[in-house]
Amino acid sequence: MPGQTLYDKLWAIHEVVRRDDGASLLYIDRHILHEVTSPQAFEGLRLAGRTPWRVQANLATPDHNVPTTQAERAGGLDAIVDAVSRLQVQTLNENCNDFGILEFRMDDPRQGIVHVVGPEQGATLPGMTVVCGDSHTSTHGAFGALAHGIGTSEVEHVLATQCLVAQKMKNMRVEVEGVLPPGVTAKDVVLAIIGTIGTAGGNGHALEFAGSAIRALSMEGRMTLCNMAIEAGARVGMVAVDQTTLDYVRGRPFAPQGAQWDAAVALWRGLVSDDDAVFDTVVRLRAEDIQPQVSWGTSPEMVLPVDARLPDPAHEDDPVKRGSIERALHYMGLRANQAITDIRLDRVFIGSCTNARIEDLRAAAAVAKGRKVAASVKQALVVPGSGLVKAQAEREGLDRVFVEAGFEWRAPGCSMCLAMNPDRLEPGEHCASTSNRNFEGRQGPGGRTHLVSPAMAAAAAIAGRFIDVRELP
Amino acid sequence: MTPFTQHAGVVAPLDRANVDTDQIIPKQFLKSIKRSGFGQNLFDEWRYLDVGQPGQACSTRPLNPEFVLNAPRFQGASVLLARENFGCGSSREHAPWALAEYGFRTILAPSFADIFYNNCCKNGLLPIELDKDVIDVLFAQCAETKGYALAIDLATQTVTRPDGVVHGFEVDAFRKHCLLGGLDDIGLTLEASAAIRAFEARHRTAQPWLFAECPSA
Ligand code: SF4
Repeated sequence: MPGQTLYDKLWAIHEVVRRDDGASLLYIDRHILHEVTSPQAFEGLRLAGRTPWRVQANLATPDHNVPTTQAERAGGLDAIVDAVSRLQVQTLNENCNDFGILEFRMDDPRQGIVHVVGPEQGATLPGMTVVCGDSHTSTHGAFGALAHGIGTSEVEHVLATQCLVAQKMKNMRVEVEGVLPPGVTAKDVVLAIIGTIGTAGGNGHALEFAGSAIRALSMEGRMTLCNMAIEAGARVGMVAVDQTTLDYVRGRPFAPQGAQWDAAVALWRGLVSDDDAVFDTVVRLRAEDIQPQVSWGTSPEMVLPVDARLPDPAHEDDPVKRGSIERALHYMGLRANQAITDIRLDRVFIGSCTNARIEDLRAAAAVAKGRKVAASVKQALVVPGSGLVKAQAEREGLDRVFVEAGFEWRAPGCSMCLAMNPDRLEPGEHCASTSNRNFEGRQGPGGRTHLVSPAMAAAAAIAGRFIDVRELP
Repeated sequence: MTPFTQHAGVVAPLDRANVDTDQIIPKQFLKSIKRSGFGQNLFDEWRYLDVGQPGQACSTRPLNPEFVLNAPRFQGASVLLARENFGCGSSREHAPWALAEYGFRTILAPSFADIFYNNCCKNGLLPIELDKDVIDVLFAQCAETKGYALAIDLATQTVTRPDGVVHGFEVDAFRKHCLLGGLDDIGLTLEASAAIRAFEARHRTAQPWLFAECPSA
């Protein structure tokens, strides 16, 4: 019998029953909730007269709607100007209260983006199944966990039964061997992967990132990578457990301690794919070939190295692809064959569950230090991923570096990643963004998003246009 | 959930690849705490010429005459014909809610994003994957024929064209069962409560730290 993949092992550990119809019940260890995708689930629960199966498995925090200006935040819930947003945050508070679910509220220092908060608290542990009504739940797979996004019906299902009805996916492995060139980060790696396999490349697969370049990444980098597995079409992204994982988890508030820690580590060390495991699909990239990436279009697969020129639809034979390129160039207000470094920026956003952890802020601050945001850039935002990331950055003086350079220093939340709060682009504006989606209108109707790493975003803010961060004067 | 057994209806062609959930229902409408009211904002940014706001009445908003769903011949369409990777992006179930409330019962595409596919099935909206070549033919026929309609039968897993040609499609047994019966899968799962409790007890013994109390503030 061939060996098992990491995904096979996690699946086997959590399969409650396999039903006659081929579906399985999968036990869920951790369920994370936020204000946008949970209200209808709680309503459903109430209507059916049900209660949560295991309250302790749930953890909630508001993130999508919360304002991030220090002034609006200081006034708490009542000060949220947008009445619809306020109601949604308030509804989460009430639901968590009613059902006894632990919530880090807006004024709690531990509040933040769900995918930053879970790992930071040790609420995400190796070997867990983790779900949340948010597609970027794949982030938590960086810990050797089986983690993916679910819809609101499934949020209700998990609340009520602590299980999901699931079908086993196929196994995919993306291997990146070698040493990344200087200035190239996890964000560039994952954008390069998506550029290679496409936004549907991972559909139907659980994706494991492997290879020496991945093992060399910090946990923050691995989370960035797994975060964007969904942009490659894979609900699940994972990295096997190693010493880096254990060092990150040890001592976190929800992590086991003492004898339980030792027992956990013994189990967690086995959370790797066997040498003879069989993958349905394998993709290989060489680390040396990866350059800083910039997305130019309206899908994350429309991405190129910073020194490249935009594609010319005239050279594309496939009519569907040609149409996509033409439409994207038109929406983005860009020309065929234009150099990426000729794209000028109106705004810069450093934040989101992809890149708002302490390491990301350090990388951006290192570029911003002693420099100034270009006068042509209207706004450059830095939005930490959680209250604890914010506090740590302030202890290190990063906030002052950003403010002196002309960036705004904000309170934690999703912010301009999807513009559900007041942080958004005006129609036609170009934004260098460390988030994960460059869809039409994602950062505001008519807005034009370019996905980049934190260092590349900071460099773009300084230069007023895209520039290889390694060439910044 | 509304059961899905058979359906015949007019086809609306949406000729774009990678249609994402932000396009299906823009995020400003996600602030609702209700399950309904999303249909009028389906494809909001393409469908209207102004920028829509939650709570706004849509009947007086300027329609984009270029957008396919606004064409007179596609009024009342209940079958959506789409391209690769339809529904990519977020896990928001608001996307299938909006499609269903607008009146779509089924979507035909060469491929769907996984979470979206799953969310559709939970809402009585049948996603049908067909070969790209078949989808190309359907697009071509739909362009040529006014009132072009398709008949879908979930029990036999078939799509029947007006010219009588029948295309089979795959759907897994569990989803088919739930869709045909309009079943509430929470109720079904709770029938296995004893098995879940037994599993939970074993799991707790093997990994007690997963069941630790949450640390307090
Ligand atoms: S930061 Fe962006 S991608 Fe992440 S959870 Fe928030 S809205 Fe979603």
